[in-house]
Amino acid sequence: MKIVLNNNTETVEQEDLTIRELLKWKNFTFRMLVIKINGKVISKNDYDNARIHEGDDVVVLHLISGG
Amino acid sequence: MTFEQIKEKLKDKCVGIAGCGGLGSNCAVALARVGVGTLIIADFDVVVESNLNRQYYFHFQIGKKKVAALKENIMLIDPGIKVITYDIKLKKSNIKKIFADCDVIVEAFDLAGQKKMLIETISEKMAEKYLVVGLGMAGWGKNDLIHCRRTGNIFICGDEVSELSPELPAIAPRVGIVANMQANVVLEILLTNEELRKKNQE
Repeated sequence: MKIVLNNNTETVEQEDLTIRELLKWKNFTFRMLVIKINGKVISKNDYDNARIHEGDDVVVLHLISGG
Repeated sequence: MTFEQIKEKLKDKCVGIAGCGGLGSNCAVALARVGVGTLIIADFDVVVESNLNRQYYFHFQIGKKKVAALKENIMLIDPGIKVITYDIKLKKSNIKKIFADCDVIVEAFDLAGQKKMLIETISEKMAEKYLVVGLGMAGWGKNDLIHCRRTGNIFICGDEVSELSPELPAIAPRVGIVANMQANVVLEILLTNEELRKKNQE
């Protein structure tokens, strides 16, 4: 399936994907993240339940300190 | 647009600044200088000596509440700006109320956890608001890494990689660049709002 990840189109082999699987696939090992699927914020507790489907718009924002 | 026309457009606008440290104090001052009519500033902290390597405060203001000191400094630049201060720790439960009237909100915290809390709260409770985030500006040099990008109603300014640490402190030049970049994005939103809205609907 095709998804949009951080404004880029990506092709994934699976038909759907949990957030946990996405992070593993992209090798995102960051500690502090904001994750949204189609604008909806996904909390850390839902990384195994929330599923990404064909055409979904996914945002993974890596937060770091400083300001 | 002449500067007079810019000032005229900005005088009825309101910008919220979440945090009055390195990003917030410098961004607020830039917005005040160009004439944004109302600034809502929120922070619970006091000015300490170690802030002076990057934050828009002065030595005589050490010990003063940051919101009071920042308002004082803005008044010295333009006494016509309305500055509404919240001497309060921003959290999930008070963010919506404090920033409800803002056209744009500037995320200007220092800690990653606080940044996450603000972005999630605004995405959940006031997703229609424009949010300008500062992300990654510790250290020095590396001008070419600093960028600005957009995702939905969120604009991200910074290099997104340089995290604060004892060996990589946040100091004036790079923090100032990102703070002013945030102010620059705010202006772009306020002065070309209609075009951005159209883009949003596409």
